[in-house]
Amino acid sequence: MLKFAFDRLCSIAVVMVIAALLVFLLIHLAPGDPAAIIAGDNATTEQVAALRHTLGLEDPLPLQFVRWAGAVLGGDLGVSIFSGAPVLGLIVQRLEPTVSLALLTMLVAVVLAVSVGVLAAAKAGSLIDRTVMVFAVLGFSVPVFVVGYFLIYVFSITLRWLPVQGYTPIAEGVRPWLEHLILPAVTLGLAYVALIARITRAAMLDVLAEDYVRTARAKGVTPGRVLLKHALRNAGVPIVTIIGIGVALLIGGVVITETVFNLPGVGRLVVDAISKRDYPIIQGVTLVFSGVYVVVNLLIDLSYALIDPRVSYK
Amino acid sequence: MTAIATVPPDADRPPAAEVRRRPPLWRFVRRNPTLVLGLAILVAIAAAAVLAPLLPGDPFTMQPSRRLAPAGGAFLLGTDALGRDVFARTVHGARVSLTVGLSVAALSVLTGLAIGLTAGYVRGLDTTVMRLMDALMSLPAILLAIALVSLTKASVATVIVAITVPEIPRVVRLVRAVVLTVRDQPYVQAAIAGGARTPKVIVRHIMPSTLAPLVVQATYVCASAILIEAALSFLGAGSPPDIPSWGNMIASSRLHLARAPWTMFAPGLALALTVLAINLIGDGLRDRLDPRLARRM
Repeated sequence: MLKFAFDRLCSIAVVMVIAALLVFLLIHLAPGDPAAIIAGDNATTEQVAALRHTLGLEDPLPLQFVRWAGAVLGGDLGVSIFSGAPVLGLIVQRLEPTVSLALLTMLVAVVLAVSVGVLAAAKAGSLIDRTVMVFAVLGFSVPVFVVGYFLIYVFSITLRWLPVQGYTPIAEGVRPWLEHLILPAVTLGLAYVALIARITRAAMLDVLAEDYVRTARAKGVTPGRVLLKHALRNAGVPIVTIIGIGVALLIGGVVITETVFNLPGVGRLVVDAISKRDYPIIQGVTLVFSGVYVVVNLLIDLSYALIDPRVSYK
Repeated sequence: MTAIATVPPDADRPPAAEVRRRPPLWRFVRRNPTLVLGLAILVAIAAAAVLAPLLPGDPFTMQPSRRLAPAGGAFLLGTDALGRDVFARTVHGARVSLTVGLSVAALSVLTGLAIGLTAGYVRGLDTTVMRLMDALMSLPAILLAIALVSLTKASVATVIVAITVPEIPRVVRLVRAVVLTVRDQPYVQAAIAGGARTPKVIVRHIMPSTLAPLVVQATYVCASAILIEAALSFLGAGSPPDIPSWGNMIASSRLHLARAPWTMFAPGLALALTVLAINLIGDGLRDRLDPRLARRM
C-alpha cells in the first residue's frame, strides 16, 4: 500500500511537471512576442522592452522554466498585470464561493445520481429506467449556461422564490448562503448527475448478472439488501472512478456557472482576466485547477482498497 | 438484445431477392430509432446552416426602433437588444457551431489516431506519450482553451485549435487501448512473422479495429466541441463578436433576460437540440457498432 502510494505520488509528480511545462510553454508557443502579449496592445516599445527584462525573457527557455517552476513551488504564481497583486493571493481571496459551490454540487450530484442509477438498474427496461436514460442524454446535451439562465428565469424572475444572482458568505448565515448556491449547484450538477447515473446503472447491471447476486436472492435476502449490500458495494470502483474523472467536467463548469450566477469565485477571476488579457491569472488558475484534478484522482486511486478489499496494491 | 452473436440470416443465401419484402429504409428506421432521430434533427439543422443566406431575415441589420420585439409579427423569433432578427442570427449561428464541431472531431481523431497507434505499438514510446497525455488531460479543457485564445487574436481557427488540443488525449487513450488488445492477436503475429513491415502491420492489420470505436468517439468529440465553443463565446474568449454564434447571442442577451427571454432561449434551444442530435447519433452508432457496450449503457 505504501509502496503503491509512493509510486503513484512519483507518477503524479511527473504529470504535474509536464502539465506545468505545457502551461509555461503556451505563451512561448503562441505567435508573437510574449512580452508584447503580456504588456497589452497599448504598450510602447520601451515598456515592452522593460517588461522583457523584468520577466527575464532574454534568458534561455530551460533557465526560465526552472526559475518559474521554482517560484511556483514556493507558492509564487506571479503577479496580475492589471492590478499588480500576487496571483496566489487573488485565488485565495476567491476560494470560498468556488469551494462552496463545488462541494455542494458534488454532494447533491453524487447522492442523486447514485440513487437514480441504482433505481434504473433495479428496474432495467421499465419506464423509470428509460426516463432516467433520456434525462441522462439530455443532461449531457443542454449547456450549463442555458440551464442556468432557464432556472434563473423560472425560479428567480418569474416565481421570485430565490435571489437572482450573487453570493453571501457562509459566515453570514447558512440559509442565505444556501439560497444563493442552490440554483448554481443544480445547474452545475446536471451534466455530472447524467454522467454518474449512466455509469452507476451500467456497473450495477454488470454486478446484478453475477452468480453471487443470484445466490443471495436464492437464499432469500431481501431485494433492497441485495441491491445495496451485495450489488452497490461491488459496483463501487467504476462509480468512484467516474466521480473522479467527472471532476474535470466540474472544473470547466465552475467557470461558466460562476459567470452565469455572478459568484465572485476563482472561475470569475479567470473570466474577468480574459477581457483584460491578464495572462498570469489565467496561467495560475489553470495550474491550480489541474493540480486539484490530479490530487482528487490520486485520492480516488487510493480509495479503491477501502471500497473493495479485493483490490490490493502490489 | 440477445447476447449470443447470430449469423445473419442471409449470410449463406444469394443476397438478391431477400431484402425486397419491406422497404429497406423503413426497416433501418425501425431498428435504429435513436440514430435516425438524431440524423433527422442534425440534417435539418445542417440544411438551415447551409441555406442560411437564402432564408428570410438578415442577421446583421440593426433596427433600433424595433429592439426587443417579441416573437411573431414581422420577425419569427423577435429581435434582440440592437433590433436584429433573432431567427436569422440563430440560423447563422449554426454555421459556426457545426464548423467548429466537425473540424475539431476530424482534427482530434486524426491526430489522436496517429499518436495512439504509435504509442500503443512502439513499446519504447508508450510511457512517455501516455504521461504527456495524462498531463494534457489534467489541464481543464475550458481553461486551456481560454489561455490559448487569450494569447492570440480571436478567430474561429484559434477556437478550433484550442478545443482540439484537450480532446486529443481522450482519442489517444481509446486508440491505444484497442491497439494493446489487438497487438498480440494471432493474425497480427502472423503478419509480423510473414515479414510485413511495421507501418504495414499498423495500417493494414491494427488500424481497422480502431475505426468502429473511433467513429463513435468522433460524434461525442463533436458534441463536446460544440458545447465548449458556445461556452468560450459566452465567456468572451470564443468566436469574434461580429460573427453571430449561439454563445455570443446568449452572452449579449443576458441583460435582457427578464424582458426578452426569447433572445436567450432561441439560441439556447438550438444549441441544446444540435448537441442532443449528435449525442443521439453517437448512441445509435454505438448500439450498431458495439452491441456488447450497448447493453450496458
